[in-house]
Amino acid sequence: MTTVWCEQPIHRVATAIETGVVSVSEVVDSVLDRIATRDPVLNAYTTVFDESARREADQADRLIATGQYRGPLHGVPLSIKDLVDVAGAPTTCASRASDSSMARADARAVAHLRHAGAIVIGKCNLHEFAFGTTGEDSYFGPTLHPLDQTRSPGGSSSGSAVSVSTGMAFGSVGTDTGGSIRIPSAACGLVGLKPTFGEISCDGVVPLAPSLDHVGPLTRCVADARLLFETMRDGSSAGKHATVPVKQALGCPRPFFLERLDDEIRASFEQALSRLQSAGWTIGDTAVHHAHYSPVVCLHLVLSEAAATHARGLTERPNRYTDGVRLRLELGRYVMGEDYARAQHGRNLLSHAIDATLADYDALVLPTLPIPAPRLATTTVDIGGVEEPLRNVMLRLTQLFNATGHPAVSLPCGLTTSGLPCGLQLIGARNRTNHLLDVAELCEAVLSEG
Amino acid sequence: MTRAPDDWLHAAKMDADRRGLPALKPLLTALADATRVLREASWTHDALGSPSTSDDPESTQPRDEPR
Repeated sequence: MTTVWCEQPIHRVATAIETGVVSVSEVVDSVLDRIATRDPVLNAYTTVFDESARREADQADRLIATGQYRGPLHGVPLSIKDLVDVAGAPTTCASRASDSSMARADARAVAHLRHAGAIVIGKCNLHEFAFGTTGEDSYFGPTLHPLDQTRSPGGSSSGSAVSVSTGMAFGSVGTDTGGSIRIPSAACGLVGLKPTFGEISCDGVVPLAPSLDHVGPLTRCVADARLLFETMRDGSSAGKHATVPVKQALGCPRPFFLERLDDEIRASFEQALSRLQSAGWTIGDTAVHHAHYSPVVCLHLVLSEAAATHARGLTERPNRYTDGVRLRLELGRYVMGEDYARAQHGRNLLSHAIDATLADYDALVLPTLPIPAPRLATTTVDIGGVEEPLRNVMLRLTQLFNATGHPAVSLPCGLTTSGLPCGLQLIGARNRTNHLLDVAELCEAVLSEG
Repeated sequence: MTRAPDDWLHAAKMDADRRGLPALKPLLTALADATRVLREASWTHDALGSPSTSDDPESTQPRDEPR
């Protein structure tokens, strides 16, 4: 049986490259062929670096031939969200309002990946300036869900998720200010990691709300997420993470987080919990104090900071933003300073509440998205007779952990009856992202059985 | 501008009209609702992470939200 290289996880293709089973050039060609086939419809990429990728592949093959293998990212094609600087290419932010000047240098996270041997295959479409959950508002047009092209793949890292889920990249660098890595990962059946706040540098990344912005990977498995996370963090993937024992105990914060879920998402999540319990995990019911205030706390934080970030753009070129993004940015100009301070107070209390809840568990477990991938142009969603704006629903289970900085990872946990992916989210203690990945890897092994 | 949400909302809507952004008005209404919840938040009597008795659970979810 022929191996379709572009669909393999990184650790598998890395072994094949190292042992000479496949050349880097063959791997890059496999990915470029897939882009040529799928991307004209899915619109995941804003730019594809086909010439430089082939050139770098030749160089990578020559290095291997001379015994200079650089490690598990040697010759592995990755995609980069077009909010993140790649030297010599414009950072468009999927917007006409961006200055789109050529980046002089790679963002620090990208530089670490390149140093480890990765090949940047292209830059990915996104919701304009990362200020949206669907990927629909983009200068380049919407990115479409690969399993149902009438649906959104989630956002804002929409192109990143689609590139990885379809074999157009082995992994992607995304950003997450309210859920923008985890939401499209859940909607597309991927692993998406938002590390602890500040662990991966945001240098060379266009900000949205600086106290909420995170950089992280979207991948096909937890092992690949760990590889990209460790490399982006400090340029090393030497497996030097602390070894904290896993207790196999998860806390499920049912109040607020499980109150409003699509029926199929709820069924998939409960089935995942049952499978984990059958495999020996303890699942305890718990609660995050004050969690019901998280939407209003996060709203005041993100609106204020995003308006400050875009103050000049709103003044000098307001008509270059898409209508929806411009209106939300303008809205932030009306938040009063005293309310931003109140939100900061709430944020501190919520952070401590999560710390306290985590004390008895390896991680908290909850769904990532309350609904499956939404149809394009959806504005409101009815869950259990309550109609809410789509944006509120999409952010409900993810945004709190941007405000508190706790690491969070989304794993695939089954499909709806129509074949759309569901996501399970694990939340870990701050500055223990590798422990969270240990937990995630064990859960992944259980959930991917059968 | 006064700082009570109702007064703030009235002034903000007038400002949106003056700036030629009438589409902003429903978002301002949603923001005012969220600001009321934030200002009235009870951060002490909330043992189970559920809304306290003085809060309307529906009102804790702003009607419109970015990202």
